[in-house]
Amino acid sequence: MIRSLLLALVVCLAWPMAARAQVAVDATPLRFEDAAEERRFHRLVTELRCVMCQNQSLADSNAQIAHDLRREVLTLMRRDLSDAEVKDHLVARYGEFVLYRPRVHPATWLLWFGPLVVLGAGGVVIARIVAARRRGPALPPDDTQAW
Amino acid sequence: MTTPAPRTSHARWLPLVAFAVIVALLAAGVWISRDPDRDALPSPLIGKPAPAFRLPLLHEAGRLVTSEELRGEPYLLNVWGSWCPGCREEHAVINEFAKTRRVRVIGYNWKDEHADALRWLEQFGNPYWMVLVDYDGHAAIDWGIYGAPETFLVDADGIIVWKHVGPMRRDTLYTQLMPQVEALEAR
Repeated sequence: MIRSLLLALVVCLAWPMAARAQVAVDATPLRFEDAAEERRFHRLVTELRCVMCQNQSLADSNAQIAHDLRREVLTLMRRDLSDAEVKDHLVARYGEFVLYRPRVHPATWLLWFGPLVVLGAGGVVIARIVAARRRGPALPPDDTQAW
Repeated sequence: MTTPAPRTSHARWLPLVAFAVIVALLAAGVWISRDPDRDALPSPLIGKPAPAFRLPLLHEAGRLVTSEELRGEPYLLNVWGSWCPGCREEHAVINEFAKTRRVRVIGYNWKDEHADALRWLEQFGNPYWMVLVDYDGHAAIDWGIYGAPETFLVDADGIIVWKHVGPMRRDTLYTQLMPQVEALEAR
């Protein structure tokens, strides 16, 4: 009896809030068929970027669009698409930006290999300095130097 | 006293050069970030056919409109929702464009409640030739929609030729959209 009263109270309190909700939200959480599906889903959504809040992954983001895209990812998985095909599906609509690990092609060469080039350049500079010091005359004994 | 070896004369400028490079990089970052639309993602759908859809109309219960039906003449698709402050901000610009009657303006009511959408249009004016309703946001994913407002220009063959993310300003209308519309009309 008390329980049903409490339930009625909760419903009464929640109802006006639900009616005023600004965005149509499908708040039901995603349901997985088994643990393997859940694992695969979580791996996929951590590799996909939320397009709205651009520094979060799809897994972390609470934005509406992230919610919708998570649902879409699960739907695509259930249509027997491979991980690569799921990513292609989203890249075709939202662009390369959705990938946290961008693909290697001419436009991303700088991104992928730029740090290596900088590291290499630093290495060359250090090697030259070291070589020059080794080649150069030994420091002359300097008796006048006051310490 | 020994004079410094000549080889060091260039090397001593190296820290200053490195500093100058870093300053230039930071300045470039600041320069790029002056663009208010810097977060907008370029759509991979530009130059590609608009996605096929079948969506109900806001003002005509029971009727479904397909992408095929809209072929033959260009249209401007404006994504909005009554919950979206940016849409209210740009609404005057959309109204202004619709009044020119150059291109059909179609509303795309995204993730909105029916009554709220109707009330919003009543309050701020309805510039739309028709308003498509995407209640659950599923069809929006095919368009690459990720926020409201967004605006697409689709040509007579159903190809997306232009997209704007975020509220349209008057200068967006005149410097970006109008030239695209003129190009379509000149075809």
